[in-house]
Amino acid sequence: MSETQSGDALVSFRGVQKSYDGESLIVKHLDLDIRRGEFLTLLGPSGSGKTTCLMMLAGFETPSHGEIWLDGKLLNRVPPHKRDIGMVFQNYALFPHMTVGENLAYPLKLRKLSAGEIAERVKKALGMVRLDALAHRYPGQLSGGQQQRVALARALVFEPKLVLMDEPLGALDKQLREHMQLEIKHIHERLGVTVVYVTHDQSEALTMSDRVAVFKDGIIQQIDTPNALYEAPSNAFVASFIGENNRLDGEVVSVDGEQCSVRLGDGSLVRAQRAGAEAARPTAMSIRPERVRLGALAAPCETRLSARLIEQIYLGDHVRLRLALGPTQGFMVKVPISDVDTAWQAGQTLDVGWMVKDLRALAPQDA
Amino acid sequence: MLPAYASLPEKAWFWLFRIFNVLVLLFLVSPLFAIVPLSFSADSFLVYPIRAFSLRWYEAFLTDGEWTRALMNSFIVAPAATLIATVLGTLASVGLASREFPAKSLLMGILVSPMVVPVVIVGVGAYLFFAPLGLTGSYLGLVLVHAALGVPFVVITVSATLAGFNTNLIRASASMGAGPLTTFMKVVMPLVAPGIISGALFAFATSFDEVVVTLFLAAPEQMTLPRQMFGGIKENISPAIAAAATILILFSVALLLTLEWLRGRAERMRTRKA
Ligand SMILES: Nc1ncnc2c1ncn2[C@@H]1O[C@H](COP(=O)(O)OP(=O)(O)O)[C@@H](O)[C@H]1O
Ligand SMILES: [Mg+2]
Repeated sequence: MSETQSGDALVSFRGVQKSYDGESLIVKHLDLDIRRGEFLTLLGPSGSGKTTCLMMLAGFETPSHGEIWLDGKLLNRVPPHKRDIGMVFQNYALFPHMTVGENLAYPLKLRKLSAGEIAERVKKALGMVRLDALAHRYPGQLSGGQQQRVALARALVFEPKLVLMDEPLGALDKQLREHMQLEIKHIHERLGVTVVYVTHDQSEALTMSDRVAVFKDGIIQQIDTPNALYEAPSNAFVASFIGENNRLDGEVVSVDGEQCSVRLGDGSLVRAQRAGAEAARPTAMSIRPERVRLGALAAPCETRLSARLIEQIYLGDHVRLRLALGPTQGFMVKVPISDVDTAWQAGQTLDVGWMVKDLRALAPQDA
Repeated sequence: MLPAYASLPEKAWFWLFRIFNVLVLLFLVSPLFAIVPLSFSADSFLVYPIRAFSLRWYEAFLTDGEWTRALMNSFIVAPAATLIATVLGTLASVGLASREFPAKSLLMGILVSPMVVPVVIVGVGAYLFFAPLGLTGSYLGLVLVHAALGVPFVVITVSATLAGFNTNLIRASASMGAGPLTTFMKVVMPLVAPGIISGALFAFATSFDEVVVTLFLAAPEQMTLPRQMFGGIKENISPAIAAAATILILFSVALLLTLEWLRGRAERMRTRKA
């Protein structure tokens, strides 16, 4: 193991920068350790540099600056075909002139395995993605979902150390996508292979990953477990990008330990959990719609305000309510159907309440 | 077909359009129709009307030493030029297709220039350049210039095929451990084969009916079939020329059909559907 990589890291980015034109940095500064066996997702809006990072790892782009290590080896001067990294592309990139079986056998033939072993492994890989019957079909004869699975099997069949996937489910419809998310997750759990996954879909990232790195403008904003990202976003961008979020702007009046007091735009004071906000500075506070209580249920809450109900949207298992809270017109609240009071009417003023720990005061940032 | 609700002008246009198309096709092939019957004439002059039919000019063509030598020469020079043009043109197209290739359009312009520059200039230039090198009056010189004339066709057809090429296929191949050469042979070549085949066909046809450069470069030993016909017309207008032309037409049609069949097969490979 090299000194530059810590024990359980399979991949390390060290001070990596990338510019295509020599002027603007697409990846500004990347320090990232990817652990052996983990499912890491790079999540971010389109154009935030996720694909660029993946391409540098695969060897199809060269970092302008910095080092990339894989399993103790410096990758910078290793060509793509010597990296032993499996890859799944968004449009699958299956060889159209080869059958499914030949596509899967391709990396095995290159490794000069015996014909018997190749047949064995191809069969196993096809079984894994449940396509045993289709070995003799051509990619053009398969549905999108089936092609996707062939691409997955092909990236895994030669047992690479690392598998990269760039928005592999982007071309599938919603139902199939959700199905494939679980399927990929289960395959990962079974094989224990390290996966780096790129998506701009936050629910996909939360569903599949051990850890998620949130990208914006070529910088990792936060890297954490899905749970921590959702419950404890470290800045306003992450809070708004992951899941739904109500934003309240104000200024920190005083700080005491983990908590702080914040003056809202209308002059009222609220207490909040401090998560990056500093005394006498503006702050963006974030609270999830499902953490807000309404009406009688607000009574035991630590913070209580009143707000005017603008509209209710019935969604079967829950109701979404839009309220005007101080200057905020779009304050969203999610109430389980069993807690909804049928007496609530648009225009009515309701009690709104939450626990202090659920309102997080973040360092402000334009999101 | 014409729908039942078509109005009178629509019907008129429907038939006019078809008649016009047939006329255009006739216009394109009528010179061929003119020469073929003459080859079966028993007459000693290339004139209509044909009074008697015979195969005497085919016999003359196939037994005359000059004609058979010309035929042989064409079948030496054209395949050799095609081979060189196809290999070089394909490699050039692959290089030009890469994203970061510098001065792409300049190089493309140079590569296709033999197609644009008048052939006479190519002929004179080649003659002046080759004379001090001793390459005039040699098979090598003729093959090299014919190859240069064929390269643009290969570059254009192969580049067109590569323009629709999914470069992720190359990346996928590399990620699975294939070096650049393996990737080229196993992935790129089979998929651009239709372009390569079309390009080769054009390159062959270019060399096979080339007269001007051959006039400048070929000694009597390197007379090709078109050059021989050209000479034949000037000296003695014998209907053996018509026989030669008919044989050339038949050969070209056969070649075109074979290659079209091959190309179609490769094309199906490329976009295999149910
Ligand atoms: N090959 C390239 N040449 C020049 N600019 C590029 C290239 N690839 C990506 N970019 C630019 O880099 C930025 C980030 O792209 P990308 O890494 O694909 O983002 P993401 O995958 O997060 O959508 C974009 O603004 C894009 O235009
Ligand atoms: Mg991308």
